[in-house]
Amino acid sequence: MEQKMLLMGNEAIARGAVEAGIKFAAAYPGTPSSEVFSTLAHFAPECDFYAEWSVNEKVALEVASGAAYAGARAIVSMKQVGLNVASDPLMSLAYIGVKGGLVIVVADDPGPHSSQTEQDTRKFATFAKLPVFDPATPQEAKDMVKAAFELSEQFSLPVFLRPTTRTCHACQDVTLDEIKPMQREYRFDKDPKWVIFPSLSYKKHIWLNEQQLNIAAAFNRSPFNKLSLKGKVGIVACGVAYNYVVEACETLGLDPSMLKIGTPYPLPPEPAVALLEHCERILVVEEQEPVVEDQMIKLAWQRKLPTDIQGKGLIPREGELNVDKVKAVLAKFFAVPDSTVLDSTVSSVAIPPLPLRTPVLCAGCPHRASFLAFKEVGRKQDAVFTGDIGCYTLGNMPPLDMLDTCLCMGAGITQAAGMSKVEPGRKHVAFIGDSTFFHSGISGMINAVYNNADIVIVVLDNRTTAMTGHQPHPGIDRTATGVNPKVLDIAAIARASGVELVLEVDPYDLAATKAAAQQALEFTGPAVVVARRECIAIVKPQPQYNVDRELCIDCEICLKKLGCPAMFKQDDKVIIANSCNGCSLCAQVCPQHAIRGGEVR
Amino acid sequence: MKLDIVITGVGGQGAVLASRVIAQTAMAKGYQVRTSETIGMAQREGPVISHVRIGDDLTGALIPDRGADILLSFELAETARGLSKLKPEGTIIANTAQIFPVSVPLGISSYQTETILAALQRPQGKTILLDASRAALEAGNAKTVNVVLLGVLAGMSGLPFTAEDLLASILKQVPEKVREVNRKAFEIGQRLAEVS
Repeated sequence: MEQKMLLMGNEAIARGAVEAGIKFAAAYPGTPSSEVFSTLAHFAPECDFYAEWSVNEKVALEVASGAAYAGARAIVSMKQVGLNVASDPLMSLAYIGVKGGLVIVVADDPGPHSSQTEQDTRKFATFAKLPVFDPATPQEAKDMVKAAFELSEQFSLPVFLRPTTRTCHACQDVTLDEIKPMQREYRFDKDPKWVIFPSLSYKKHIWLNEQQLNIAAAFNRSPFNKLSLKGKVGIVACGVAYNYVVEACETLGLDPSMLKIGTPYPLPPEPAVALLEHCERILVVEEQEPVVEDQMIKLAWQRKLPTDIQGKGLIPREGELNVDKVKAVLAKFFAVPDSTVLDSTVSSVAIPPLPLRTPVLCAGCPHRASFLAFKEVGRKQDAVFTGDIGCYTLGNMPPLDMLDTCLCMGAGITQAAGMSKVEPGRKHVAFIGDSTFFHSGISGMINAVYNNADIVIVVLDNRTTAMTGHQPHPGIDRTATGVNPKVLDIAAIARASGVELVLEVDPYDLAATKAAAQQALEFTGPAVVVARRECIAIVKPQPQYNVDRELCIDCEICLKKLGCPAMFKQDDKVIIANSCNGCSLCAQVCPQHAIRGGEVR
Repeated sequence: MKLDIVITGVGGQGAVLASRVIAQTAMAKGYQVRTSETIGMAQREGPVISHVRIGDDLTGALIPDRGADILLSFELAETARGLSKLKPEGTIIANTAQIFPVSVPLGISSYQTETILAALQRPQGKTILLDASRAALEAGNAKTVNVVLLGVLAGMSGLPFTAEDLLASILKQVPEKVREVNRKAFEIGQRLAEVS
């Protein structure tokens, strides 16, 4: 009997990779991609492949390509902005190619839900001239991973799988196939073809351009593209947008000509031209950029086909699509009444005013204490606080209001350094997390030392990669699959890099952290403060704190200074909820000494 | 057969576990399932929404507006936030307990309890409101709010599985040391459903 399992899209991708016989997996975490690799790491020992959390996406892609050069099937996963970091090896790798299959999973985040940009990896694939699969469901994602490995080895090129949040974080009953061990000898064969000299690049560029046509031809027969010819008005739908189109058509009672695209680049010309020849008008429905639309327009122009092609003029280019948005466009395009819209005038839902609920630092988060210390010391000096990517980006939220910038991984340190050169005399403080420090903070720190930037670098070391699900990094004693015997010490790295003032504090000790902040701000030249305390999610909670009603004068200093989600007011009294993790920060800021800890839960 | 359930709450309340066990239970009965969950930044005390779809022939995982048969909510204000997903005749099963976001004591926004409660009483459709947080404490663990509400859900008619099926899936999903407290939470939820 066919075996089925409820799998999240990311788990399905991992399963597909294992079924494809991978020998190597590497990744740097990033929402919505992280669970691809966590799942792989879990199965690596029993399924006999190597798995590592790499320090960043560039490193992940490079180590995976090394394994692929030696003939291994390798998978690397990251979020869409991670691909920016990995773009250097990517562009050259397209010229050089691979021996073993190399699949690059890049999870896109239209919306965005947890990202800086809404960039479209299909566009990156077009730029790098590499094929891309775009799954609509977890099942399809799993099937596509296996097809991507086959394609990668058939054309000796890395291949993209580009799921979006709604595939990564959707679950489905997924059919499992057999895991067959790969019988293969892994050996790197020396050959000039692996060395990218300009003369070779020119020849390989010609080869790469020819491959575009060959791959497009192969995609003509791909099971992930489906053509159904009916009326003279048709739809092309790509990736998850296909789901929305199917459901919207059902609701509207439409059964149009349809081309489902699972391989958006290079677009398979045969089904695309067949649809263009059959239809008078078509609508291209895809999230983000007009990748399929542009290729359809080009095909129609080259073949002198008069078909009217619509897309991004009607379909939003920003944000996520859903059934409701697509249905509204289809109703107009096909000139049919949208009954659900009519219904809504009869029974529209009245949503009352709701409290604003944004993500905030957790109760007991050590970052809150670090931010408060630097806020109280640095505010008098009009210091600038540059930020970075991680949980601590939430330090931007009121009442802390402690991040003046946030751009990309590592930019907190470097932007502070840049500012310090044009506004000397002002203090610039860069906050960066421990995992981000290893990802891309070290080079910025060394640059600050080399160019003598007068900045303070605060490493918020919570002993994990918290935001993405608590992955390990070189600073802690675990690897993806086992023990890390060589824990790297951030303070020691700072000293070895030539930073002359390096301080280490426990942020739960507010007075000591403020003293360290004061000392670092008074220092001239680059200084580093490592604020080290475990993320509350990876340790047992400390005993809860409580308000002594006899002493509390309801001054609300604790509420207004900290913005702790465990504290609120009920019947005009400050209450600490049982979600308190016992960090003691509220007790340390209370002028009445009215908050006490020690009650063991 | 087609059943769409939307689950809302605050990050950390266990919406993901709830959607997974509902899906697992329906899958074991031979149905197709889809879920879509909030994972990432919003988990830090932000609003979360899970979609669960059960049926014979499914495509996407996202439930359209006014498409859900049931709105299962772990927090009062988040119930109202999920209303636009519910069919006018759909059922609300919601926790009346409140989680005050930090924006409220900071004076940035307000939590208008009475207005929210009034909005949940609709011309059509059943509304079941209960203090699932108190029930969870009664069961012995504040974190079992989700399981209390699954117990209430199990009492609804038209589900493609029995209460026993759902409880079995929950017990399979949770670690052994909290199995008994979860069983208790589920049973309290079932009892609450009978009296409401």
